Amino acid sequence: MTDRSSIGRELEPAGEFSLDYAPAPESTAPVRLASQYGLFVGGEMVEPAAGGMAPTINPATGETLAEVSVADAADVDYAVAAARAAWEGGWRDLPGSERAKYLYRVARLLQERAREFAVLETMDGGKPIRESRDLDIPLAAAHFFHYAGWADKLDYAFSGRRAAPLGVAAQVIPWNFPLLMAAWKLAPALACGNTAVLKPAPTTPLTALLLAEVLRDAELPPGVVNIVTGDDATGAALVSHPGVDKVAFTGSTEVGRAIGAELAGTGKRLTLELGGKAANIVFEDAALDQVTEGIVNGIYFNGGQVCCAGSRLLVQESVADAVVGKLQKRMDTLRVGDPLDKNTDIGAINSQAQLDRIQELVASGVAEGAELYTPACVLPERGFFHPPALFTNVSTAHRIAQEEIFGPVLSVLTFRTAEEAVAKANNTPYGLSAGIWTEKGSRILWMADRMQAGVVWANTFNRFDPASPFGGYRESGYGREGGRAGLLPYVELVA
Amino acid sequence: MSSRLLINKTYKQFIGGAFERSESGRSYPVVGAEGQHLAHAVQGSRKDVRDAVASARSSQEGWAGRTAYNRGQILYRVAEVMESRRDEFCAEVLRATDGCSEKAAAAETAAAIDRWVWYAGWADKFPTVLGGANPVAGPYFNLSVPEPTGVVGIVAPDEQPLLPLVSRLAPVIVSGNTAVVLASERCPLAAITLAETLALSDVPAGVVNIITGHRDELVPPLAGHVAVDSLDISGCDSEQGAAAARQAAATITRVISASTAERQWADEAAQSPYLIDAFCETKTVWHPKGR
Repeated sequence: MTDRSSIGRELEPAGEFSLDYAPAPESTAPVRLASQYGLFVGGEMVEPAAGGMAPTINPATGETLAEVSVADAADVDYAVAAARAAWEGGWRDLPGSERAKYLYRVARLLQERAREFAVLETMDGGKPIRESRDLDIPLAAAHFFHYAGWADKLDYAFSGRRAAPLGVAAQVIPWNFPLLMAAWKLAPALACGNTAVLKPAPTTPLTALLLAEVLRDAELPPGVVNIVTGDDATGAALVSHPGVDKVAFTGSTEVGRAIGAELAGTGKRLTLELGGKAANIVFEDAALDQVTEGIVNGIYFNGGQVCCAGSRLLVQESVADAVVGKLQKRMDTLRVGDPLDKNTDIGAINSQAQLDRIQELVASGVAEGAELYTPACVLPERGFFHPPALFTNVSTAHRIAQEEIFGPVLSVLTFRTAEEAVAKANNTPYGLSAGIWTEKGSRILWMADRMQAGVVWANTFNRFDPASPFGGYRESGYGREGGRAGLLPYVELVA
Repeated sequence: MSSRLLINKTYKQFIGGAFERSESGRSYPVVGAEGQHLAHAVQGSRKDVRDAVASARSSQEGWAGRTAYNRGQILYRVAEVMESRRDEFCAEVLRATDGCSEKAAAAETAAAIDRWVWYAGWADKFPTVLGGANPVAGPYFNLSVPEPTGVVGIVAPDEQPLLPLVSRLAPVIVSGNTAVVLASERCPLAAITLAETLALSDVPAGVVNIITGHRDELVPPLAGHVAVDSLDISGCDSEQGAAAARQAAATITRVISASTAERQWADEAAQSPYLIDAFCETKTVWHPKGR
């Protein structure tokens, strides 16, 4: 394993005092990696038909963790057939109370092996262990637990209608919350009586493959969940497969458009959870210290590689300087480096491609005349890292104010009136999330009514819960995940 | 025999609360069930569609901003006005429908009126049924509410002149969406008569816009319009519907089509709060609890 002492960060003194932390790396001992991974189809790990393999690397070091199968069209066909057979062979007719018990088992097994999952998630994806340990894995388990309870209560979920399963769900998930997105997809699909073929992202397949072990240990009937790793072609083969009844995709708006066009006229049900460019709106009466923490959490959580990240800070003109000053001071204390270190705030960027995109957009911001601030921090020599960044003097026409950066880069804009804040916040084709910071209750509700966004965080940001629906307006997609609303994409309502 | 000559109606499109001919100046003949000439309907153009979308867009915020009680009363008022013109609707349905009996025409009209009443009552109830408080694992207030998606394009079904149109339109506007309707190409006249009742029912101008004409010409500009937030293609054939869905995908516009059960227009299954939900977004608001 890596010699972590070489990845330690060094902090430039941020003013009158300095914070130095000894390295506190989480042990990788719970993780037992295989050198090669097959596909999980029909309850077994199988070799890909054409034998295609690709490495998955640790983005913090560049080291290969394992070789993972690249499923082709034949493998996808095999997986869809397994899912179909499992559906027709009993899963669709299983009483909800029995489906529930399988899902409860999965939730419990995830909890039992939480540390192992957290470490592996961090190794494969680069996110800080603090996040994978405290958010990703516990929330994934909670999602299975929540939807387990729905499986035998679907008759109470929809007034005057009965919920019938759809069949085989094709589910394509992103790399920013690998296990959590698998849980968001699988738990409601299975609770509603569907079977699934899940396709993890190319750079983060390992926790999904570990989940396959959990599913087997839970004695989930073979074929109810199938996991096909691979690349974009694998995903394309899956969503366009004629044996699929429902497609759920989380990822970029660009791919969402292509899937929508691909599925046109097929009768397949589709839900999309796509990009975002959230406004985080700060009024002058807000509690500014609390706001500072909220902004940092909004944009630097998971290195900003979050579709609902608060990437556009809209701050009322009268407090703009004060807020930016506090932010810069706070940014100076953020620790960038080894994701496995328990003190790390910002881990590795998920891939070289993503780092390139972030750097390209940051360069465009500078070129277009915005003013860049990054704290003085030494980045690790290996791996993909980007310091926290903040742009001021941003105009609404700048690319950094319009395009999703998906990195630790915040654009600051100002406003004078609430009406102007609303207009600027909604001035984007996206509509996933929004933040509102003010001590005035009536203003929160007035603003919340006017946000074109599926999730509105008032005096908080980036909160998630299995009971709380998540999903976007406009070009951020359609359909919800979480809560009762999260059942709808996986059922047909019959009178 | 009385020598009084009847006054025939000119069937115009309904855009922004006004009855207008097409900017293109065109019309097309509409024939009845027995092949008899009924009227010339406006043959709308892509510019008419764009005008209608602009009108729907500009009236949407105001309509959604009305209280639920107010929207409910306005939908109920539509039923009142239709009831008072019931004979006219019956005659319209009868003339337009192949093999239709007077009894069937009366039944379709009655069902259409009752459907407005049914959805009127949902205006101040569907958020209670579809949304609510979410018990999150932390000290947060968390509430989900359904909100209208915005402007909805509706391609009205062709199989009957009145009831399918009302069945698709009422659940769209009750939540605060505004609509651009492409009337049935074959039997558009009842849609225009419906527009006349909407104009008398306190439905604000632009909330419902009705275009008549050729589907092949009108569906593409509607489906591809960036300001259309949801699209109901119930009236499209499969090829036309697929093409519309491909266009809609470019702007991540959701596409909805009536299910087989919903196409039993007179049945209970054709009306549902989940049809209101289909044209809504769920907004979830979080706030910390604390002293």
